[in-house]
Amino acid sequence: MLRDITLGQYYQADSIIHRLDPRVKLVATIAFIISLFAAKNVLAYCLAALFLACIIKLSKVPFRFMIKGMKAILFLLLLTVVFNLFLTPGETLVSVWKLTITKEGLRIAVLMAFRLTFLIIGSSIMTLTTTPNNLTDGMEKLMNPLKRVKVPVHEVAMMMSIALRFIPVLLEETDKIMKAQIARGADFESGNVIKKAKSLVPLLVPLFISAFRRANDLAMAMEARCYRGGEHRTKMKPLQYKGRDGIAYLVLVCYLTLCIGGNFIKFGLVL
Amino acid sequence: MGIIKTEKLVFEYIRRDEEGNVEGITRAVDEVDLDVKQGDFIAILGHNGSGKSTLAKHINAILYPTEGTVWVDGMDTSEYKNLWDVRQSAGMVFQNPDNQIIGQVVEEDVGFGPENMGVPTKEIWERVEESLKAVGMYEYRKHSPNKLSGGQKQRVSIAGVIAMHPKCIILDEPTAMLDPNGRKEVIRAVRALNAAEGITVVLITHYMEEIIHADRVFVMDKGKIAMEGTPREIFSQVERLKELRLDVPQVTLLAHELQKGGLKIPDGMLTTDELVEALLQGA
Repeated sequence: MLRDITLGQYYQADSIIHRLDPRVKLVATIAFIISLFAAKNVLAYCLAALFLACIIKLSKVPFRFMIKGMKAILFLLLLTVVFNLFLTPGETLVSVWKLTITKEGLRIAVLMAFRLTFLIIGSSIMTLTTTPNNLTDGMEKLMNPLKRVKVPVHEVAMMMSIALRFIPVLLEETDKIMKAQIARGADFESGNVIKKAKSLVPLLVPLFISAFRRANDLAMAMEARCYRGGEHRTKMKPLQYKGRDGIAYLVLVCYLTLCIGGNFIKFGLVL
Repeated sequence: MGIIKTEKLVFEYIRRDEEGNVEGITRAVDEVDLDVKQGDFIAILGHNGSGKSTLAKHINAILYPTEGTVWVDGMDTSEYKNLWDVRQSAGMVFQNPDNQIIGQVVEEDVGFGPENMGVPTKEIWERVEESLKAVGMYEYRKHSPNKLSGGQKQRVSIAGVIAMHPKCIILDEPTAMLDPNGRKEVIRAVRALNAAEGITVVLITHYMEEIIHADRVFVMDKGKIAMEGTPREIFSQVERLKELRLDVPQVTLLAHELQKGGLKIPDGMLTTDELVEALLQGA
């Protein structure tokens, strides 16, 4: 059952978005999020939707994969909508018992729902079109300037990629330990939350011990292969900007200017 | 001097209690003298706790001698300035295939060693290609290591070591966690490397079947070298091997028992074919 969990949920396809440099995608995602929070009127939202639709079309990732990501935050989305809907003070639209829906509340709730949806879909496009490895590489390269202020950028990136490499290994191990404990009469399913949490102890203790042992072995294997930190290291797959990355940056700048500029245009249709 | 040489090598593990006081000292390796020629296929045998893995870790400068000296390709392993050169000349493959693969894709893992050595990007790709081809894993280069079988994972690990262009590889029980098929695959790959590329191989194992092709065999017991010789010389001493708690291959054992029963069979039978021939001649 644990094996069903997929992390990093990369969707293999051959599209322009897949081939973009991970740095571009990271920057674009952050820019897109900023544009969402800067959006004040419907025009800006329409622009964001248009931009997102174009990216989805270009990425060749089926839309249902993005919807899948939405399921996880459906509850959060509903909660936000409900709270905004009922708890925003202003001009009353409908009033039932103690609950009142105001005009401002309705507006904020709708916009908030769109904002959150766009946010999740936008960032899931990044993870769907970039391999976890590429993503770590991109982060390492982007955060390189931080090395000057003694941030261990290379080490963090290495830790992330090792963690990603070991997720399936540890999941398999968890499964194995679980079965071993079930065979000895352990019960992971019944009881209340506290009982369930307690029953995880015989699962987690062996898992941690084995993880530490693995870490020890892996460190030795890395040293044996001359690993000595980020210094003097070359890259097998170095990140290099190509023409298309430049164009992507250009498109991004245009989008961002339009989006932020759009806020200042007085539009008749403002809700 | 050979590619690997040890002189009066001693290594002691110090056991401490919770307060850090010395509880006792275990001599894992005790005055071992070893001299391995370039291009040789050496096997080191021994039951659990005989000190064979500890010895192996000295050749790769993971452990340093308590007493005595280890030279790899003429370099003293205990001098810090030699550390990276030693580790590059003597590559090491460990027991657990899962715990030594760092990359998330086969080719990236093989490239890890050369990356660390600062090899230029173009050359890394050449090295990765040639190493993967040498172990017969080239068609799996884009796969995730998690999806491979144990034998395949170990072959990737071996490729990862060869990509560093070492002069010798030390394999520390590379087949202990594999099924019989995986074991055969790995040993075949190692033998091919030894024969085709002339890489010195030090194979540490407790499977007797794997050592019959070795040029020389060392049997370790309680940190000392108890026996030394060609596989045939070693296997002709069945009683002594039993004393050292080692299993003799079935064929050798059968030949030995038949010999004891009165049949005229030469000592140290290694393969079934040999025994069949000897029996036919005897009859």
